[in-house]
Amino acid sequence: MADKVLMKGNEAIAEAAIIAGCRHYFGYPITPQTEIAAYMAKKMPKIGGVFLQAESEIAAINMVYGVAAAGKRVMTSSSSPGISLKSEGLSYLAGSDLPALVVNVQRGGPGLGGIQPSQSDYFQATRGSGHGDYHMIVLAPSSVQEMAELTVKGFELADTYRMTSMILADGTMGQMMEPVSLDLEVKPAPEKPWATVGTKLQRKHNIVNSLSLVPEELEKFNFERYERYNYIKENEAMYEEYLMDDAEYAIAAFGITSRVAKNAINEARKQGIKVGMIRPITLWPFPVAPFKKAADKVKAIISVELSMGQMIDDVKLATECKVPVTLCNRVGGMIVSPEQVLEAIKAVAENGGAK
Amino acid sequence: MSTKQMLLSGFGGQGILFAGKFLAYKGLTDGKQVSWLPSYGPEMRGGTASCSVIISDEAVGSPIISNPDILVAMNLPSLDKFEKSVVPGGVILADSTLIERKVERDDVTVYYIPATRLASENGFPTLANMILMGKLLEILGEFNADDMKVALSKVISAKRADMLETNLKALELGAKF
Amino acid sequence: MVVFDKPHALNDMSMHYCPGCTHGIIHRLVAEVMDELGIEGRTIGIAPVGCSVMAYNYFNCDMIEAAHGRAPAVATGVKRADPENNIVFTYQGDGDLASIGMAETVHAAARNENITVIFVNNAIYGMTGGQMAPTSLPGQITQTSPYGRDVNHCGYPIRVCEMLSQLEGPEYLERVTVNSVKQVRNAKKAIKKAFQNQLDGKGFSLIEVVSSCPTNWGLTPQAALKWIDEKMLPYYPLGVYKDRSAGEEK
Repeated sequence: MADKVLMKGNEAIAEAAIIAGCRHYFGYPITPQTEIAAYMAKKMPKIGGVFLQAESEIAAINMVYGVAAAGKRVMTSSSSPGISLKSEGLSYLAGSDLPALVVNVQRGGPGLGGIQPSQSDYFQATRGSGHGDYHMIVLAPSSVQEMAELTVKGFELADTYRMTSMILADGTMGQMMEPVSLDLEVKPAPEKPWATVGTKLQRKHNIVNSLSLVPEELEKFNFERYERYNYIKENEAMYEEYLMDDAEYAIAAFGITSRVAKNAINEARKQGIKVGMIRPITLWPFPVAPFKKAADKVKAIISVELSMGQMIDDVKLATECKVPVTLCNRVGGMIVSPEQVLEAIKAVAENGGAK
Repeated sequence: MSTKQMLLSGFGGQGILFAGKFLAYKGLTDGKQVSWLPSYGPEMRGGTASCSVIISDEAVGSPIISNPDILVAMNLPSLDKFEKSVVPGGVILADSTLIERKVERDDVTVYYIPATRLASENGFPTLANMILMGKLLEILGEFNADDMKVALSKVISAKRADMLETNLKALELGAKF
Repeated sequence: MVVFDKPHALNDMSMHYCPGCTHGIIHRLVAEVMDELGIEGRTIGIAPVGCSVMAYNYFNCDMIEAAHGRAPAVATGVKRADPENNIVFTYQGDGDLASIGMAETVHAAARNENITVIFVNNAIYGMTGGQMAPTSLPGQITQTSPYGRDVNHCGYPIRVCEMLSQLEGPEYLERVTVNSVKQVRNAKKAIKKAFQNQLDGKGFSLIEVVSSCPTNWGLTPQAALKWIDEKMLPYYPLGVYKDRSAGEEK
């Protein structure tokens, strides 16, 4: 225990990024993630790094684009409305195959919405968010420890696959403090021979670019990118199963709602209902395998979300609609309570999973 | 104890978040699992501030507390808002300098502590929060000067180390009340 | 004896620019400056969206293609990634720099970001087929101002150098043109100074090059060069608008 410190989720992300070798942070103030910027503003100048408050989210993501093109680990963070603004840049990062880490500490929407926690940017994150065919690797931490660990993992995956990794957290995850161990293992960044660091007159010039006006060529780039995506789907999906061995009912939940659901599951078990949980840790790639397996043995699945029902679509796709999937949700900054989840479990258990 | 859910609430500026952080560190020092979750947003500036602290022998599930085992209310709006949510058999600590009414429920144990007055009288007017924490730890049977010192050293920056003893005094004052 | 050669920093690819367009000249000037300062191997250029979008193909230095208007932000990232080594320039048109990317331009200037900006002002959106630009002249006929730019309806063209000169930040702002041999020489001098400033760590230098667009202006190349003198320069006077180090000993 001695090596553990209490940290806010937002601070854990910032410190883990520094541990991962990130020395460039660009951002624009927005609640509820400002602790990340504040932490970086304090730390970066002391370790020879760069913290720069950009004039807009748009500028921030393009500064990220610049550092990524120059081959260094770089990040930005924001909350929902800010991610919408960054979406142009996210598309360009994908089109140019640049690695970067982007953090979304979600708040309720749409529009200016509120500042309380939400998971309603699930579609935006898992479907790409900007224009064009692309994906980001989306990581959904459910503890402050995971905020730190997945930040490191995010940088590594980004570098390995030349993609954007997004940490999809929410206001609660960002604001809460938990003990965290910062004894994190970091793999060194791979060589980046494609980076624009100057030719030194030793090689042909590198071009970082997302433009290709020849349709055949652009199609080929898209096909190649999706081959990479398919490899990632096969190899990088992460999830946690909780009490699924004998489960007759399953909950699907990520991030903060998985914590709430755990309380409800423990209570339901005390009342004799065999319920477990599949917690996706990567939202893209979505962990299809455990859901596919569950579809053959559970009677029903409840998707617990702080949205009007977004992940539920992926659950239905993964289970190929073999079992009924119901939604248990709150939105707008409200959070589901363990009691609400327990009621939802009881409701499906009462009629044996039938719709 | 297996799991204690504690809700601290008061005006912004009363040191609610600080007190919660201290509690969480105290739990961590004792080898427990802990979580600390603040309310956040515009209420940071003078409105109601609250924070949820969970100390448990097992991994903490939801960090959100809907029904606290213990409520520490440092002003009337906090008592009005959260009195009903305390679990039956739970505990309410109220700063009776600022809360003039009595707790209406009869299924909870209530401690009225004139923390704000005591703090002023003893020359540390900003430490009413820690007086209440002293009482809280005494009720939990967790009042232990050594551990509290460790926890305090985590939440008081090295530059303000002189405040450590004063905080300890406030904690003791609360515990003895 | 070689009397005329292609600069090393420019490659052999044939450019896509229209006949009579002055982008070619400006590319060449930038490349010559890179050669003369010996910086090609450590230079990273940022191409815009607009006619010069494919500038990344023509320069031999490392190149990045940015989103529309975002080149100064991308340049900020590249420069800050390795400020000791990286020499960074953006090459932007008027729509890119003064319309969609105005915020990025102004703030890079305000920060005195140590980069070089080559701003090609030809008062029109060329690549998309001749729409009104933020620098289109009052009364100028374009595809989206078919009755002439009506300043009561869509306001006045923006004089970028004058505007930026009000900022404390930027090091060097100069407006040049390339419609005669003499002006080309002046332009080169300005561009070289803008890169030298970066090498000297002085900060943000922007060279606005008043340029021609015979295709979208509906003029012959020669008439277009004349139009610069007659129409553009009265609204966009040439000269140094800011030189913070002026008068300092070399």
